[in-house]
Amino acid sequence: MTALLSRRSVLKAGGAMVIGLGPAGRALAQLAPEAEAALGKTLDLNEVDGFIAIHADGSVTLFCGKVDLGTGLRIAIPQMAAEELGIGLDRIAMVEGDSALTPNQGSTAGSTGIVRGGVQIRQAAATAREALIRMGAERLGRPAAELDATDGQIRPKAGGPGIGFGTLVGDRRFNLKLDAKAPLRTPASYKIVGQPIARPDVPAKVTGRHVYVHDFKLPGMLHARVIRTASVGAKLLEVDEASIRDIPGARIVRINDFLAVVAGDEWDAVRAMRALKVRWTESTTLIGHERVQDWMRAGPFMADEVLSKKGDAGASLAASGQKLSGTYYWPLQTHGSMGPSCSVADVRDGKATIWSASQGTHRLQQICARILDLQPANVRVVYLDGAGCYGMNGHDDASVDAAMISKAIGQPVRLQWMREDEHGWDPKGPPQLLSLEGGLDSDGRIAAWRTEMWLPRATANLPNPPLLGPEAANIPQMQGLSTGLITQNAEPPYAVPNVQVLVHWLKDSPLRPSNIRAPGKVANSFAVESFIDDLATAARRDPVAFRLDGLSDPRGIEVLTRMAALMGWQARPSPQGGGLGRGIAYVHYKFNETYVAIGMEAQVDRATGAIRVQRVACAHDCGLVINPDALRQQIEGNILQTLSRTLFEEVTFDRGHVTSVDWMSYPILTMPDVPELLIDVIDRPNEPPLGAGEAACAPVPAALANAIFDAVGARLRTVPFTPERVKAAIARGFA
Amino acid sequence: MASYRFSVNGAARTVDSSDPDQPLLYVLRNALGLTGTKFGCGLGQCGACTVIIDGDAVRSCITPISAIAGRSVTTLEGLGTPDTPHPVQAAFIAEQAAQCGYCTNGMVMTSAALLARQPDATLNDAKLALAGNLCRCGTHHRILRAVMRAAGRTP
Repeated sequence: MTALLSRRSVLKAGGAMVIGLGPAGRALAQLAPEAEAALGKTLDLNEVDGFIAIHADGSVTLFCGKVDLGTGLRIAIPQMAAEELGIGLDRIAMVEGDSALTPNQGSTAGSTGIVRGGVQIRQAAATAREALIRMGAERLGRPAAELDATDGQIRPKAGGPGIGFGTLVGDRRFNLKLDAKAPLRTPASYKIVGQPIARPDVPAKVTGRHVYVHDFKLPGMLHARVIRTASVGAKLLEVDEASIRDIPGARIVRINDFLAVVAGDEWDAVRAMRALKVRWTESTTLIGHERVQDWMRAGPFMADEVLSKKGDAGASLAASGQKLSGTYYWPLQTHGSMGPSCSVADVRDGKATIWSASQGTHRLQQICARILDLQPANVRVVYLDGAGCYGMNGHDDASVDAAMISKAIGQPVRLQWMREDEHGWDPKGPPQLLSLEGGLDSDGRIAAWRTEMWLPRATANLPNPPLLGPEAANIPQMQGLSTGLITQNAEPPYAVPNVQVLVHWLKDSPLRPSNIRAPGKVANSFAVESFIDDLATAARRDPVAFRLDGLSDPRGIEVLTRMAALMGWQARPSPQGGGLGRGIAYVHYKFNETYVAIGMEAQVDRATGAIRVQRVACAHDCGLVINPDALRQQIEGNILQTLSRTLFEEVTFDRGHVTSVDWMSYPILTMPDVPELLIDVIDRPNEPPLGAGEAACAPVPAALANAIFDAVGARLRTVPFTPERVKAAIARGFA
Repeated sequence: MASYRFSVNGAARTVDSSDPDQPLLYVLRNALGLTGTKFGCGLGQCGACTVIIDGDAVRSCITPISAIAGRSVTTLEGLGTPDTPHPVQAAFIAEQAAQCGYCTNGMVMTSAALLARQPDATLNDAKLALAGNLCRCGTHHRILRAVMRAAGRTP
């Protein structure tokens, strides 16, 4: 063990070693007094000073535009910076997602936290180290080549006294452009990167001391609740102010159809929200969840687009001896954050400060400036932790709600949504419908493949309201939300000579859409990797061997073979029948990122249709591993959350509004459902780091569908896999 | 405005409330500043608001303040501190059993109540005790490992 590690408490955690930081549980750096002192600093992405400040005592503050959504960036990015700078992690604090302090590194979405956020800061740290060595060379009177940065000092490599970072820089600016060519330390020399160092926020979270946005208070702050329309698109007819007259300090905030109540006491605000008598117009603009598939086929459409074309899929399919087809449906799903969205806003005297759990505080700063009619420079959005979100949940809406209310009453406001607001009104993962056709040649290889997809074109110009508050208040705003790159991984990652992928872009979406974890890729991989197993069955091949035949990428081959070894895969064709089955699925995420293979064992009760997932095995290659324990936790979360989405989850709605508005009507995975997890992390220190926040989601649904097929010979093509659907599939037989 | 006297984390407290139906959750978070207890659903469905009352894990979001008079409430803050954590909290830290951490309060409190009653609880006991505590990040595995660690079993 190195000296660096031996100074810290070491806790054994099962097989993994988790290394604890010295000071247990530090408050978020954006709430520390030092953050205020840094106001006015550069936010330039091209300046070292944008990302790094070195203080007189030699400690370091990092300014990171990405935020930790519970994913471990709060430890991983400081690890990357500490390694390059040559300083202990206990000397580093990190400010996250403060629009007045951190460079805009883009939203924390799409598994880009390490890949973009961390890598940029790593390069800034490498540039800073070069500068520190130059300064040290001058002060010590020795050539730079003889010096290195170690433990917060510039020291001769041969030994002897050094000079501290604080003495060299001490609260002065670097005034230095970020050097994209500044050399990085070699992976063989890493002492901090690659170590399973404990996350600094866990002790505070586990003892109730961590300050979430829900827990943040301002002097004179009022509590607010927003009252959403009775149905989507309804208009406000009448509010009976007298109906809350008896509740102390309660009053109404109304801006056109935007309606909220405020009170000095939070419970009084809740009571006022419930007591307030409101009349709305009737609105029946929705299609209802049971009609979504028919609606997707019928349109109206914006355009058709061929996304991928190789050879002649049509002609080859027509000539195939064995031709298969299947249609797959993924329903609308909610982010289902455990805590309803919350925000604290103080909008007074032409300035606004908004504490928000948004994934994109810089983007939200611009949005709030427009909605509040303020200059962006006078709007500051500060990230504080919320309940985990996995894409854009209600956080941005709640932040804008709070800001509008605070502006209206000229006092600081804390707004929290209720459970029915979050389930009912967070923007939803959009529905996806895919029809696949495939043909085998006479050797049992895939000769032709055609994917036809129906997808909401949710990236721009939708009639859906981007944010609820301004829509109701009739305040102009940009139209269009992003659902993420939902067309990716819609074709096989294996050698197929003739391929076509066609998408029918729908004009609208059944409910307001947004990105939800592994956007699109979960549904697309579900369809593609389920259908690969159907083709393997038709070819009477073992599912692993069938995939390996079409795979030439050595990293893909390695995750498949290591996953098969991990779960003791017995090579044979599916199905076996008998009620206990095993399935596998593989993804090369976005075709250029992380490699994941997942195997699953599931027991299916033919009489009841109940599914019991017993074991999940995962081999995972995301290149250089920064923190193996935090990475494992992301993989575990990806697997369990996607199992939940696959087994249980569908947003239901009628003609007026969402009807799955609590945890009874929208059930998720519970403790008794949890399977055994086996995870094999492949570390490639000489490869770039890739994202790990989403990739392991993608193979989960197909691995389960394939295990069910192996168990009972029934093919599930519609999510969620309810007992009724399992029984219906068993009744259909080998269709 | 009525006054309610009860014990919180070992100290006698008196709280005024104009509504006897005010849930304990709001009293803890606002009047008493104990924000470790979280609002998740307000319906008793998710467990994020769990506290221990006279030894039992109870949902504070559906427990009226009037039902608390004279009773003894323990919150996450009262269980232990970062420097001197309760054995269950220490086990959660050792297993890094929190992602976003919003459900953690309920997981720790329910587990602490379980182990106080049944110190040698098995994995199956833990799964059943925590069946009504929801987690969205997918930390279930580590939470169960932490409970087993606190029970003195191999995680």
